[in-house]
Amino acid sequence: MNVTRGFRSRGPRDPRLPPGQYDAGSDWPVLTAEATPKLATDTWTFSITGLVEEPVSWTWDQIRALPASSYNGAIHCVTTWSKVGVTFSGVSVDTLLAAARPLPSATHVMAESHTGYTTNLPLADVTGGRAWVVWEFGGQPLAVEHGGPARLLVPHLYFWKSAKWVSGLELLDHDEPGFWERNGYHNRGDPWTEQRYQGD
Amino acid sequence: MVDVRPETATAKTFRLELDGVADYVAGQHYILRLSAPDGYTAQRSYSVASAPDGSTEIELTVERLAEGEVSTFLHDEVMVGDDLEVRGPIGGWFVWPGDTPALLIGGGSGVVPLMAMVRLARRTGAGAEWVHLVVSARAPEDLYYAAEIPGPDTTVVYTRRIPEGWPRPPGRLTGGDLPSPLPPTTTAYVCGSSGFCDAATDILRGAGVPEDRIRVERFGPTR
Repeated sequence: MNVTRGFRSRGPRDPRLPPGQYDAGSDWPVLTAEATPKLATDTWTFSITGLVEEPVSWTWDQIRALPASSYNGAIHCVTTWSKVGVTFSGVSVDTLLAAARPLPSATHVMAESHTGYTTNLPLADVTGGRAWVVWEFGGQPLAVEHGGPARLLVPHLYFWKSAKWVSGLELLDHDEPGFWERNGYHNRGDPWTEQRYQGD
Repeated sequence: MVDVRPETATAKTFRLELDGVADYVAGQHYILRLSAPDGYTAQRSYSVASAPDGSTEIELTVERLAEGEVSTFLHDEVMVGDDLEVRGPIGGWFVWPGDTPALLIGGGSGVVPLMAMVRLARRTGAGAEWVHLVVSARAPEDLYYAAEIPGPDTTVVYTRRIPEGWPRPPGRLTGGDLPSPLPPTTTAYVCGSSGFCDAATDILRGAGVPEDRIRVERFGPTR
């Protein structure tokens, strides 16, 4: 391992932080590739499409009437900031998928945003309580710059997988790269093995 | 590290010689990773400020953030001759390949990746596609590349203090600061703090630039 002359660590590592990450504390940096959209909840929809028995679409009121689910824990951005002890609320992706009933041939999902942003995930990474569609952060409505009115939340992977302004999940029988995955970033994005970039 | 020089009171340009040819496109960044003897690592992305020129060297301009783990190390500790772990180039979105009209809008340190684009456009000279940089800085002493930026292809906007005799009063960027008219196939590249990017994208929308022609790269501050 290389050692950088003159560099010292800042102290004992927080075990909640994956390698190479630091705790952003009360900051929540905003990073996007595109201009922040202005989305009205009265025309907002979320859909599950593709390899499912029944494609389903929810309006803002409909999705918020589903059984609620929350995540409390850490999130990790590939740019090296993490936040620990955060709470997001919304609905579990398991609940949404149960309504659409994925076909046995479905192996992956493509998450899509109202801005055209996409990110790909294995189906296994968004099921079993590992993923949500969320509209609240810390008990408050999710701010637009952080993906409001609603974003995907997949906290065990780097946060570019938690697509802001999410509009739907398409179920596929194969993997294909989404936006950042085509622009230099890792296909899966596991923070604990530092899967940041293509080739990691 | 082959050269270090100041840009402003708080920013320095670091010239690095890589192991091989630096095959990046204007707008891309590299990762610098620092490793402590106990295995602790810290890494950050820095955009390349120099235009690709087929050489093995790149220039990164880095603002010293008081709480910045890597920027303070670069400013306070690194010496010419030191070896650093560098990885890249990274990024396929916020890039200008050199062959499309580009409107570059940078706030503060956001000018860094845009400067690589301007330097490339100036070097390719006559016949190059239309490129214009609008850069916003608080005051003259905060402007990076101050000696190099002025030109027919750039507009400088000061938000807090202006030089003596400067025709534009201090104030934030507005639609009136953009060059007009814009070529219809212009792609806009916006880079700076989150607040700057939001304001700039609203101005671009007001100027009729379609959403799908606006590319944004938001900078920290991250620690």
